[in-house]
Amino acid sequence: MSGYSDPGFDTLALHAGAAPDPATGARAVPIHLSTSFVFESSEHAASLFNMERSGHVYSRISNPTNAVLEERVAALEGGSGAIAVASGQAALHLAISTIAGAGSHIVASSALYGGSHNLLHYTLRRFGIDTSFVKPGDIDGWRNAIRPNTKLLFGETLGNPGLDVLDIPTVSAIAHDAGLPLLVDSTFTTPWLMKPFEHGADLLYHSATKFLSGHGTVIGGVLVDSGRFDWDRSGRFPELSEPYAGFHGMVFSEESSVGGFLLRARREGLRDFGACMSPHSAWLILQGIETLPLRMERHVANTRKVVHFLAAQPMVRSVGYPELDGHPSQALAKKLLPRGCGSVFSFDLKGSRKQGVAFIEALKLFSHLANVGDCRSLVIHPASTTHFRMDDAALAQAGIGPGSIRLSIGLEDADDLIDDLKRALKAAERTAA
Amino acid sequence: MKLGVNGPHGSKQAYAYTGGKPFDPALPCVVFIHGAMHDHSGWTLLARWCAHHGHGVLAVNQPGHGRSEGPPLPSVEALADWTLALLAAAGVQQPATLVGHSMGTLIALEAAARAPERVARLVLMGSAYPMKVSDALLGTARDAPMKAIDMVNALSISTPASKPSYPGPGMWVHGSNRALMRNQQALSSKVNLFEHDFRLCDAYGGGAAAMAKVQCPTTLITGARDQMTPPKATKELAAALNARVVWVPAGHLMPAEAPDAVLAGLRGALGV
Repeated sequence: MSGYSDPGFDTLALHAGAAPDPATGARAVPIHLSTSFVFESSEHAASLFNMERSGHVYSRISNPTNAVLEERVAALEGGSGAIAVASGQAALHLAISTIAGAGSHIVASSALYGGSHNLLHYTLRRFGIDTSFVKPGDIDGWRNAIRPNTKLLFGETLGNPGLDVLDIPTVSAIAHDAGLPLLVDSTFTTPWLMKPFEHGADLLYHSATKFLSGHGTVIGGVLVDSGRFDWDRSGRFPELSEPYAGFHGMVFSEESSVGGFLLRARREGLRDFGACMSPHSAWLILQGIETLPLRMERHVANTRKVVHFLAAQPMVRSVGYPELDGHPSQALAKKLLPRGCGSVFSFDLKGSRKQGVAFIEALKLFSHLANVGDCRSLVIHPASTTHFRMDDAALAQAGIGPGSIRLSIGLEDADDLIDDLKRALKAAERTAA
Repeated sequence: MKLGVNGPHGSKQAYAYTGGKPFDPALPCVVFIHGAMHDHSGWTLLARWCAHHGHGVLAVNQPGHGRSEGPPLPSVEALADWTLALLAAAGVQQPATLVGHSMGTLIALEAAARAPERVARLVLMGSAYPMKVSDALLGTARDAPMKAIDMVNALSISTPASKPSYPGPGMWVHGSNRALMRNQQALSSKVNLFEHDFRLCDAYGGGAAAMAKVQCPTTLITGARDQMTPPKATKELAAALNARVVWVPAGHLMPAEAPDAVLAGLRGALGV
């Protein structure tokens, strides 16, 4: 690590946060499956608890394997640090609960993953946190929704389900003018496709279950801080800028000029809510991250081939990929996502729910399940699964048609994927509407 | 804590982190003096340890840095006078320990020369004299300070795995140090702070005279992999100051890169 610039992305994906284990010489990151860590002395113990020293005490709060993952994701994102948690949902909850409470308000994009929408629209309201939803492209809507008690603006880099590209430079400027941070869910893009902090976002998180781990083997989340938001100057965050009785009267923003948010999130959020990540999960996600640059390049290359194949099929009404002409986010995608728009997208079959079902059931390589970001290609038909209780009118309201199909393109040979889709399209065509 | 300190621009509000305990001027005082583009937050672990082990702690933000009112002062000599004025404003009567990092070591050295009766000991981390800065870096600092920040950040840290992370697990030392410098640069709207601080290091010419006047015990804490103030420079400084040298396995940003080893070195210097 010597020279005039930091290492490149591929190098950081392999090395950030890790060195050969000093005790054993192990080159790969060891899995520290230990709940707790021995103190050298009573004085050492006291100094760890009082933040006079850095170190690990108990794995709900921190763990050496998890710390490697946290540093690595922070490095790839250009952040000041990170916290690994049990899932992407836990990461979103930790971000919100660190700076918001009863009486707080959030402004969020309406184009969100269903789980995030549930948390904001239903669950957090029960705890007194209200959310206003705005269409991600409605710039005046973002500005006008901000209230005196707003704590956060929140959106996805690529919104669900239509892949609306969040205009991070513009929305973050609106947030900053109001003394607020912008949080983004960066799961679909990963830092290989976009680094939101370079465009103005202040906080971000990943469902590491998806592309970061990349193999469909583990549930996890990572919350990352840019270290750039000025919590003191904002005046809206006494949680960080005033003494916290729950931790030695600590003023977190004073304790670290760039890590106050993460200090409170760990010292309160992980301590009290306890949604920690297993070190084994952290290790699996690290294994995935080591090949993230290679995988993302292939994910995007395969996706482009599949997108162009589908767009040319008579049975396909439309393909929702931001690189295509006619997509409402095409210009933003060119600006913010020049490497590609990920490998998860939806398309509409011309036809009925029944034809959609026939399409799904004819596929052999694509796995029919509720996940994305696996190295294997995945498919789901919302009208017969996640949204099966809705009639066609309600589906349309949610931006979903009876023949809408969501694909997550994996790393197989693209020709094999296209052959599989051809077979399924024929099956759908043969099925009477 | 905030306190008014007299300087060349009159009385200005200054901030000093006190280690998580109210400052008590009756206790042996340790003053932490940060380097270029930094603030108190590079010292918080050491400061908390000292404050909870019988010391009064003042981890200062120099004028125009962090939470202290500006403008930045124009020379090492002016900052040395300001540091002594801050000690007076805080009510410190007995000789204090001055702990500096990088540019802060020059300030501590100059203060010890100007008021030897008020300095009990010096602890200098990542020091060299002269502290010359290359024309290339100064030019980049003037024309492209964000690029200069990245250059200095990469040169200051010697490993992609600083353990245990500073100030706690999960922090990426490269990212947090870069964010700190970028934030400082952005906050300093009237002055190119990066260029100011590095020119100040480069211009300081009083080191030899100051070293001749230093009367207190001095400890140099040196990063074995330091590329900014290389070990060779430390050896020359140690000879001139008759200083004790503590080597730590780190680069220039040693308080963040090797906090435990640096604490051990500081404890040795303090005799605790």
